Amino acid sequence: MTSTSAVPASTAAPRPGEPLDPDAAISVRGLVKRYGTATAVDGLDLDIRRGEIFALLGPNGAGKTTTVEICEGFRDRDGGEVRVLGTDPATGGRRWKAQLGIVLQSGAGDSQLTCRELLRAHGSYYSDPRDPDEVLELVGLTEKARSRGRTLSGGQRRRLDVALGIVGRPALLFLDEPTTGFDPEARRQFWSLIRSLRDLGTTMLLTTHYLDEAEALADRVGVIARGRLAEVARPAELGGRGRAPAVVRWTEDGVRRSEATATPTAFVRDLAARFPGEVPDLAVARPTLEDVYLQMIGEDRA
Amino acid sequence: MSAVSTTGTTDPSRTALPSLGAVYRTRAGVECKEFFRQRESVVFTLVFPVLLLVVFGAVLDYDLGSGVTFIQYFVPGVIAAGILGASLQNMAISIATERADGTLKSLYGTPMPRSAYFVGKVVQVLAVTVLIIALLLVIGAGFYDVVLPSGADWLTFAWVAGLGAAACTLLGIAVSSLARNGRSASATVTPIALVLQFISGVFFEFSQVPVWMQTVASLFPLKWMAQGLRSVFLPDALAAQEPAGSWELGRVALVLGAWCVAGLVLCVLTFRWQERGTR
Repeated sequence: MTSTSAVPASTAAPRPGEPLDPDAAISVRGLVKRYGTATAVDGLDLDIRRGEIFALLGPNGAGKTTTVEICEGFRDRDGGEVRVLGTDPATGGRRWKAQLGIVLQSGAGDSQLTCRELLRAHGSYYSDPRDPDEVLELVGLTEKARSRGRTLSGGQRRRLDVALGIVGRPALLFLDEPTTGFDPEARRQFWSLIRSLRDLGTTMLLTTHYLDEAEALADRVGVIARGRLAEVARPAELGGRGRAPAVVRWTEDGVRRSEATATPTAFVRDLAARFPGEVPDLAVARPTLEDVYLQMIGEDRA
Repeated sequence: MSAVSTTGTTDPSRTALPSLGAVYRTRAGVECKEFFRQRESVVFTLVFPVLLLVVFGAVLDYDLGSGVTFIQYFVPGVIAAGILGASLQNMAISIATERADGTLKSLYGTPMPRSAYFVGKVVQVLAVTVLIIALLLVIGAGFYDVVLPSGADWLTFAWVAGLGAAACTLLGIAVSSLARNGRSASATVTPIALVLQFISGVFFEFSQVPVWMQTVASLFPLKWMAQGLRSVFLPDALAAQEPAGSWELGRVALVLGAWCVAGLVLCVLTFRWQERGTR
């Protein structure tokens, strides 16, 4: 899926030692975080530009949530520089937090309050909250407005988490595995919600295990492995995907054939000339995001 | 879900954050709803002391001398135990639960002033404490000939209950940090509270408790709350039955005040917005 937001031509990660980017929504240089003797984040550099959707991918334990929660102000860092909307999260106050929306991996907790009451209360901490009913409509929970938080199903609860994340009208929204527990239809609806938020200028940092989700939503993806960013690129270009040979498959004389080619258009034109009508079982495929991702993670683990 | 229809993000530097008072009111409402809508907490905190009063009042019907019945002795004790439940037990369990299920962490990520969380809890404790005292007084006066305090006794009642509730609230907030979750907080705090009630002059006359147990009880707030409240409800003739031979109101204030300070220090040192080991 193509992106419409204004992401500059250079899509790569910042080089180590480059100064912090004052215009970025999030700018991270040389971030280090240790737990005991284990190093969870080991010199991570990252810039997330205002208005973009950035997906952070990586296996469990690679440092995704640690990085995100340092940016959100939940965890201390052991080294490096971090600026989120121009502020160091370690010292960010109420005014800084009022510009953020946070959907935690662990959710927003149990409550005896109804969804509407929860959103009203949560919104009242912000300067210019969205209307609770409007937010319920956005996440598809209108029918649950009067249901108590703890009576919701897993997927409904996750949508309530997202609702709580956007009720404060954030400039920057953190989404840590937001669609876990969603059925396919709910995920598609969630994607369209995220796109409409992007159209309003909301910057989003998304972590996810669903590569189709990253591909559908993200302007750029970053693959994090062993505490560092292995690569940052547009989804279509990650891991040299855009330049990788395409594979053309078809059936000829009853036999499945395939050919890897750098010029699939020319190849298919030649192929079509050999057949009177349709080329049987014709398919042209590029490596999927999942293919290149698994390859990158595999290389890193080797 | 549908498309976002209204205006986009605003520049918060141009819009003032809500006032402390407004957020305090929100949190007070949230905390009271959370408490009164949860059947377990209402039964445990409000109904249980009332049952104790009714059951003990029916079973232990004897005279303590000076025309005072056991139930009249029991009312201040059960009020003290009710305050303990509404403050220490309630805070320890609810905050441990909210820490384990992510409620606290989620609030920490919002611009809610941190003090608002504690203000909400304090208002909730106050509401529950006032309600439980009213319930016990109405039942005591209506069915068990308990004489309601008069004149300056109300003042003593107010400061003993207030100071006791404050000390126990702070202790409850501190104790919540020791527990892994609400269930483990309940499993730890409930037996301790029960033992304290037995040795602090709630279920038995304090003078009948063995001296070494009296000494243990004197280290904790409940004994002093019960003693201070007895001075409100019992004739001064009964002060002679106290270990010191008097109500010791000065010492009551001193011990409860010391526990407030200790509780506050413990809260500041131990309070965490997230589960252990996540920073």
